[in-house]
Amino acid sequence: MDRRTFSRNIAVASAAAALSPFSIVRAQAQKLRVGVLLPRSGFQGFIGQSCQKGADLAPGVIKEMLGVDIELMNADTETNVDTARTRAERLIQEGANVLVGAFDSGQSAAIAQVAEQRGVPYIVNIAAAPQITEQGYKFVFRNFQTAPDIVREGLALIGELFQATNTVPRTAVFMHVNDTFGQAMAKGIGAFMPRLTQLPFKIVDTISYDPAAKDLTVEVSKAKATNADFLLLVCRLNDAIILRREMVKQRWNPMGIISPGSPGMYEEQYYKTLGKLSEYSISNVPWYNPNARMTKIVEKAFLKQNPKDKLVFHGLNAGFTFEAILVAADSFKRAKATDPKTLAEAIRQTNITEKMTLGAPIKFNAKGQVEGIGSACVQNLNLTPTVVLPKGAATAKPVFPVPGYKKA
Amino acid sequence: MSFDLVVNVVIAGLLTGLVYGLMALGLSVIFGVVRVVNFAHGEMMTIAMYAATVLFAALELDPFLALVPVAAAFFVFGYAMQAGLINPFITRPEHSQFMLLVAVAIIMVNALLMAFGPDARNVQVDYQLESFEIGRILIDKARLYAAFVAIAAAAALFAFFRFTLTGKAIRACADNYLGAKVVGLNVKKYYSLTFGLGSACVAVAGCAMVLLVDVTPPLGPYYTLLAFVIVIVGGLGSMTGALLGGVLIGVSEALAGLFIAPSAKSMFSFGLLILVLLLRPQGLLGKKQ
Repeated sequence: MDRRTFSRNIAVASAAAALSPFSIVRAQAQKLRVGVLLPRSGFQGFIGQSCQKGADLAPGVIKEMLGVDIELMNADTETNVDTARTRAERLIQEGANVLVGAFDSGQSAAIAQVAEQRGVPYIVNIAAAPQITEQGYKFVFRNFQTAPDIVREGLALIGELFQATNTVPRTAVFMHVNDTFGQAMAKGIGAFMPRLTQLPFKIVDTISYDPAAKDLTVEVSKAKATNADFLLLVCRLNDAIILRREMVKQRWNPMGIISPGSPGMYEEQYYKTLGKLSEYSISNVPWYNPNARMTKIVEKAFLKQNPKDKLVFHGLNAGFTFEAILVAADSFKRAKATDPKTLAEAIRQTNITEKMTLGAPIKFNAKGQVEGIGSACVQNLNLTPTVVLPKGAATAKPVFPVPGYKKA
Repeated sequence: MSFDLVVNVVIAGLLTGLVYGLMALGLSVIFGVVRVVNFAHGEMMTIAMYAATVLFAALELDPFLALVPVAAAFFVFGYAMQAGLINPFITRPEHSQFMLLVAVAIIMVNALLMAFGPDARNVQVDYQLESFEIGRILIDKARLYAAFVAIAAAAALFAFFRFTLTGKAIRACADNYLGAKVVGLNVKKYYSLTFGLGSACVAVAGCAMVLLVDVTPPLGPYYTLLAFVIVIVGGLGSMTGALLGGVLIGVSEALAGLFIAPSAKSMFSFGLLILVLLLRPQGLLGKKQ
C-alpha cells in the first residue's frame, strides 16, 4: 500500500466513522413506536379487545401502504382511569414515540394529561368528552366526534328515522350511564333538544345509572313507569345487555331503543349474549363506509388475522383505532423523525382524504380536533349491524316501531 | 309514583336481598365460630358462579341443580383450607389472619383471570327472562327461585346447628373455646367443618346469583365488601342478622334507587352501614361484647 492509497483509505474510514451516528439516528427513525392504550379487561374489556383488532392489523396494512415500520407497544388500562395514567407513563418511559387510545373519555382525559406533561403526541381513537380537546393541549389530537357532535348527528338521524318510517313518537325516557362520556352526552342532549323543534317528542324522565351496575331492575322499572313511547339510551356494552334482558323480564315493549350515539348495541358481544333479543336496537354512531377502498384493504387484513370473525362487528372500534395509528404513521412518514415536537407538528398538518370512516378528510383544527366526521343510523337486523340511514349509505330499510320481543 | 311500581321494586329488592343474605350467612357463620374474618368470601362466591357456568356449558346443568355438586366441592375445599391453611393462624395476631386471607383472595381473582379471562359469563336457562304476573305485579322467576333456594339453604343451616349433635358441638366451640377443649371436643376439626359449611353456603349463593348477574373475576372484591356491609348491619356472628341485613340492604338499595337516584344505590347502603355503626355498633341482631 502506497502513501496515497493509505491516506485515501484513512479518509474513507474517517468519513464513515463520522457519519455513523447519523446512520444510527436514521435507523432509529425508520421505526415508529406506537403505545396503544386500551381497556382490554374490566367491564369495557370486550370493546377494548375489539379496538385492539384494529391496532393489530395496522402495522401490516400501513407497511404495505406507506412503507412505514410500526412497532406496537400494547398496554391494558383495565377500564380504570388511574391504571390508564400509569400505563401511559410507563409506555413513554419505555420509549413510545406516540400514544393511541383509549376508547373511554375518562381514561383518555387522564392519558391526555400525561402526554401533554411529557410532551409526547397522543391520538385519541375513540372518546367523546369535549374537554379532551378544549384544554389548549399541544400534543393531544382526536379523530372522533365530540359528544355534542355525536348528539347533534344522532338526534338529526332520529328525526330522519321518524320521517322515513312515518312515525311520530311523542315521548321518550332518557337513560344514560353516569361516567364521563354519559354525562357529556346528557349535557349535549340537554343543550340540543330545545333547539331541535322539528323532533316530535319530549323527554319525560332522565335516569342515570352506574355503567358497572350488575342489576338494573329499579332503573328499568322507573323507565317503564313513565309509559314513554321509546327509550333514548346512552349506554356501554355490559349495561346494555343487562338493560335489554331486564326490559324483557319486565315485559316493557316500547316502540324501540334508540341510542343517539353510544357504544354497546352494535358490539359483537351484544349479539352473542342476547341472540334474537338484540334485534332492532338502533345506534346512531360514527360509522365506517363499507364501500371505501380503505375499508376493503382493512377488511382483508382483518379476515386474515381473525378468520372466524367479521369486520362489521368491530367496524367502529377497529376502524377508528386503525385510523389513529394511520395518522401517526402518515405524520411520521412526512416528518421523517420521531422527536415529539416534529411529530406533533406533522400530525397537525395531516390531510388524509382516503380513509375508512364516514365523513370529511382527517384534518385537525387548531384544537387538535377533526371536524366533519359522519354518523350513520345502524339498526340490528338479522343479528348484524346494518346501516339504514342516511339513504345514500343504507343497505336496508329501518324498522320502527319494532316488533314485540316475542316476535323477534 | 304508582303503588305498583313501589311494590315491584320492593319485591325485587327483597328477593335479591335474600340471596345477598345467604352469601353473608357463610361469612357470619365462619366468623361466629372460627373468629376469623374471611376476606376471600366474595372471591369464593365468584368461583362458585364460574363453576355453575362451566357445568351449564358442559352438561347444560341448571344452576339450581349444579348447586349440589358445587356446594359439596366447596365444603371439601373449605374444610381443607381451614385445616391446612387457616388453623395454624388461629392463635396468631389478627393482622396475620387478615393478610393471609387477603392474599388468598388476590390469588383467587388472578387465577380466575388466567382461567377464564376478563369476559363476563352467564348461564341462559329457559325461565331466565320470564316473570310471574300477579295483577300488575311482575315477579322475576329466576329471582324468586333464587330467593327460595336462599331460604331453604338458610333453614337447613339453622336446623343443622340447632338439632344435630355436630351442630351443637360447633356452637359449643363458638361459645367457649377452652370449655369445648376440656370436654374433649376436637375444636380444630369443628372449625374446619364450620369453614366447610360456610363455603358450601357461599357456593349455593353463587349458583343462585349467577342467574341474576353475569360473572367476571373482579366481581369478587365487590361481593366481599357487600357481605361485610350486610353482616355488620345485621350483626357479625349472628345468622338471623345476616339474613336480615341482606334483606335490608336489598330493599333499601332498591328504594333508594327509586326515590332518590339509581346511581345513589350503593351510597345509600353505606349510609345505612354508618348509621348502624353509630347507633348500634354490634349490628341490629348482634350481641354486645
